[in-house]
Amino acid sequence: MPSNKISVTDLNLYYGHLHALKSINLSIHPQEITAFIGPSGCGKSTILKTLNRMNDLVEGCKITGKVLLDSEDIYGNVDLNLLRKRVGMVFQKPNPFPKSVYDNVAYGPRLHGIKSKAVLDDIVEKALKDTVIWDEVKDRLRDNALGLSGGQQQRLCIARALAVQPEVLLMDEPTSALDPTSTAKIEELVTVLKADYTIVIVTHNMQQAARISDQTACFLMGEIIECNCTNQLFSDPKDRRTEDYITGRFG
Amino acid sequence: MRHHFDSLLDQLNDAMIVMGSLIESAISSATKALVEQDKQQALKAIAFDQEIDQKEKDIEALCLKLLLQQQPVARDLRQISAALKMITDMERIGDQATDISEITILLADTSYIKKLEHISLMAIETGKMVTDAVDAFVQNDLVKAHGVIDADDIVDNLFVTVKNDLIVLINEDVANGSQAMDLLMVAKYYERIGDHAVNIAEWVEFSITGTHRNSLK
Repeated sequence: MPSNKISVTDLNLYYGHLHALKSINLSIHPQEITAFIGPSGCGKSTILKTLNRMNDLVEGCKITGKVLLDSEDIYGNVDLNLLRKRVGMVFQKPNPFPKSVYDNVAYGPRLHGIKSKAVLDDIVEKALKDTVIWDEVKDRLRDNALGLSGGQQQRLCIARALAVQPEVLLMDEPTSALDPTSTAKIEELVTVLKADYTIVIVTHNMQQAARISDQTACFLMGEIIECNCTNQLFSDPKDRRTEDYITGRFG
Repeated sequence: MRHHFDSLLDQLNDAMIVMGSLIESAISSATKALVEQDKQQALKAIAFDQEIDQKEKDIEALCLKLLLQQQPVARDLRQISAALKMITDMERIGDQATDISEITILLADTSYIKKLEHISLMAIETGKMVTDAVDAFVQNDLVKAHGVIDADDIVDNLFVTVKNDLIVLINEDVANGSQAMDLLMVAKYYERIGDHAVNIAEWVEFSITGTHRNSLK
């Protein structure tokens, strides 16, 4: 049994007076895909953001409890840039910089001090190949990334996240703005990537969670109501509220 | 919020009830024909088989439509997949009622070498098992499903009794042999109907609990 990549212990999060996450305990296993599901406003995106301290940027946000990355408390004395290099994020809407395809992917490595063009070329090519978009963009590396299709932009954003060699990839509804073909490509990509990365994905698509994840956590009103291996959770959920949510009886 | 889906699931339950009652009718017609040596009644039992086959196709189509359109999970998924498995056993029961009736027609003009008291008991017991299995599905009644599974021993024991009786009859007079074979087949068909009812009940158990007792872990 591998040790946990991320361990969340008794995590509480407040936005001002709003108690948004309540006593969250969660283990995220390495080289697995963990899915967060739950109705809108249940806290699944909030917990995702706590895993690389994106909530630090939210005014009035207060967090108690522990989040261990390997064995290090990320809410202790850590270098935030380094943390976000180790724990990368991909958002719902593809958000490439208004720069060239190449510069989008090279942005992170440059930020972390890599200047050699030969090294950057290698990183860009590898990241674009890993995200199976290389063949589509290799002749357009100098074109503006905003000219790519939505699905290509999202794969470029994943490539951009991979370029800094993260250990964990957080994905917040990465396919909700994409068509079925692009969605299938991203899902395929994610299942390949899990061999090298630990992946956490927030999704509103039950079938997507059932298809690609190994473990699923179901959230409701800031709490985890059930966390189990995905097959079990979708075929025989133990909590009535999970059953009601995934079968569309509420949410 | 999911009225359409729920009404389709209700439709599935209704169709299962109808198929269940067709099977009950097929068994009871086949049994009545056998006991009373009534060819017309036997033909009636055989006629049910076409309706049962048609119902199986209808339910299969409805289940596939539900899988495609609703992409069910959890209890819904179990209910639909259980129904898909159950109708195969239900259809087989219809075939067996036909098989019994064909032997009835064959034997209609000769008197029986023995009283059919045990075979009649098998018929009553298996008919009840089938009814209870389908009721258990529709009512999500685990106790009823377990009752069906337990009842199989009664049917199996009756089969052994019939078999032993027939062996005695053959030993008494070799000329009994031909009809004894036919009656043994009839008893075996009822015994198989009991087995199919158990299969149905096991899928009901899966639908309710999420675990199938014969699944490989």
